[in-house]
Amino acid sequence: MLRQLEGSQAVAEAVARCRPEVVCAYPISPQTHIIEAVGRLVKSGELAPCEFINVESEFAAMSVAIGASATGARSYTATSSQGLLFMIEAVYNAAGLGLPIVMTLANRAIGAPINIWNDHSDAMAVRDAGWVQLFAETNQEAADLHLQAFRLAEELSVPTMVCMDGFILTHAVERVDLPDQAAVDAFLPPYEPRQLLDPDDPVSIGAMVGPEAFTEVRYLGYVRQQQALARIPEIASEFAEAFGRDSGGLLHRYRTEDAHTVVVALGSVLGTLKDVVDELRDGGNRIGIVGVTSFRPFPSVAVRAALAGAKRVVVVEKAFSAGLGGVLSTDVAIALNGLPVAVATVVAGLGGRPITSASLRTLLTTAADGRLEPLTFLDLDRDLVERELARMASERRSGPTAENLLRDLGAVASRIG
Amino acid sequence: MTVTEVRFHGRGGQGVVTAAELLAVAAFEDGAYAQAFPSFGSERTGAPVASFCRIADVPIRTREPVMEPDVLIVLDPTLLHQVDLFAGLRPDAYVLLNTVKSFDELGIGEFVSGLRHERLLTVPATEMALRHVGRSVPGSVLLGGYAAMTGRVSLPAVVAALRERFSGAVADGNVAAAEEAFAFVGQEREELRRAAPA
Repeated sequence: MLRQLEGSQAVAEAVARCRPEVVCAYPISPQTHIIEAVGRLVKSGELAPCEFINVESEFAAMSVAIGASATGARSYTATSSQGLLFMIEAVYNAAGLGLPIVMTLANRAIGAPINIWNDHSDAMAVRDAGWVQLFAETNQEAADLHLQAFRLAEELSVPTMVCMDGFILTHAVERVDLPDQAAVDAFLPPYEPRQLLDPDDPVSIGAMVGPEAFTEVRYLGYVRQQQALARIPEIASEFAEAFGRDSGGLLHRYRTEDAHTVVVALGSVLGTLKDVVDELRDGGNRIGIVGVTSFRPFPSVAVRAALAGAKRVVVVEKAFSAGLGGVLSTDVAIALNGLPVAVATVVAGLGGRPITSASLRTLLTTAADGRLEPLTFLDLDRDLVERELARMASERRSGPTAENLLRDLGAVASRIG
Repeated sequence: MTVTEVRFHGRGGQGVVTAAELLAVAAFEDGAYAQAFPSFGSERTGAPVASFCRIADVPIRTREPVMEPDVLIVLDPTLLHQVDLFAGLRPDAYVLLNTVKSFDELGIGEFVSGLRHERLLTVPATEMALRHVGRSVPGSVLLGGYAAMTGRVSLPAVVAALRERFSGAVADGNVAAAEEAFAFVGQEREELRRAAPA
């Protein structure tokens, strides 16, 4: 049914239609509205049978999800930012044990400095944990990806994370077509676990494994991710057949045919990028976009095929590795190994800084002219940075950086942009 | 592609985010595409808050904040001294202030001097909200005013959005407030249009 509603509400209702049997979560902005809404659906009896377990921390949330999943229950949780880091040991365990938990990650920056706003640092921090990580461009896709996530996770026994931009998507009220219960039931069969904690047929799960088999257990995790690479597009096309719209898959191409410049990005910024690319196309620029939906497993072959005809690739990403540069860019560069395509990294939207079409227009025009530096921090306030560097050069006890920068800016009222 | 971009300014607790959300729901009721979102601050009671709404005939893809609004709605004019309310305002923009005073009495005549006079409107939204809802929540009043001011959303759609969000006496009060504001702003607009030089 077509409705105008908040992204968090849409995701909660989509999750409820997947009939999770155990939901355990600890509130943290900007994920809170999602689990509040799921909690209301459990309390009202609309989502039943389902046990909503209030836990004391994110570590407990993922631990309860692991326990519940091991007993054969369809298990769901959601978190953001520091919450994800707090549960990280259990996040690795869920993947290592092959338990198909589905988790929504409402993407948010990681401190310090503490910041509640959106970027992708949290998702990047667990990219090697063994989870499938799918990124939603819109709230429609966020809702749809949850159906596909449960299906994929349970088929392959791989936990799956649906990443959606915190605030930008979770708090946006827009049009979403929510699937009917009967259609979801037809798309998502009941969970049939490969391993089950059952008192009548006891097994242990979580053996210590030494050098004799650890590599093989890990290798099988790699195999499952490779299987996911094959199944993600198949599940997306089955979804399209059942629900009549394209959501999910490995990647989305937008106007890449004959493009000299191709922008690569994850998540909601793809919407703004499409508007800008349309404008630049109207001005005669041969430019297109590849939106990566499946970040893990990373679809290297599909990315290579989509970018092989380009002269240059601009990766716009909401995270970076301080000692290296781009994270997504590194994966893209490896996928392009041996091809004569230049890859530039643009770090944008950190800690909630809006990525404006004006800034993207200037950036992509520069890129199309072949004048973009290998690493750019979009809209960086250079004066602010220089003042702190000068302070650090002139005195040993220059003080805490974050406080210094805020003092330089003066009282910050509510910023519009 | 016609897109109407609306920016709301107010303080935490006044219903700034809810107003933008309800406008998006009302536009949806009218069959339009709409997108509403807050300015993503950590909202605290009394702190400046902005929210945004886009209404269009086609799907809306951009996620940037509304930097150049077609319509500015101010729930609390005391923000004038704290926030650059008029930043990026388009020359043909509509402005709707919640106040019992005039633009000149508020000392902001110069900020809006480049704008079209008949598009600068005021409505005593707090007073209307207190009378109908019993609380200082001017949002619904301003939505009724928005409908009269721009015609970009219908009054029945605003009423439907309010009834979807609220129930019982609260819904009735909000609807009555929106209807009174619709009539008030409609008349004010008519007077300004007649007074405007041809």
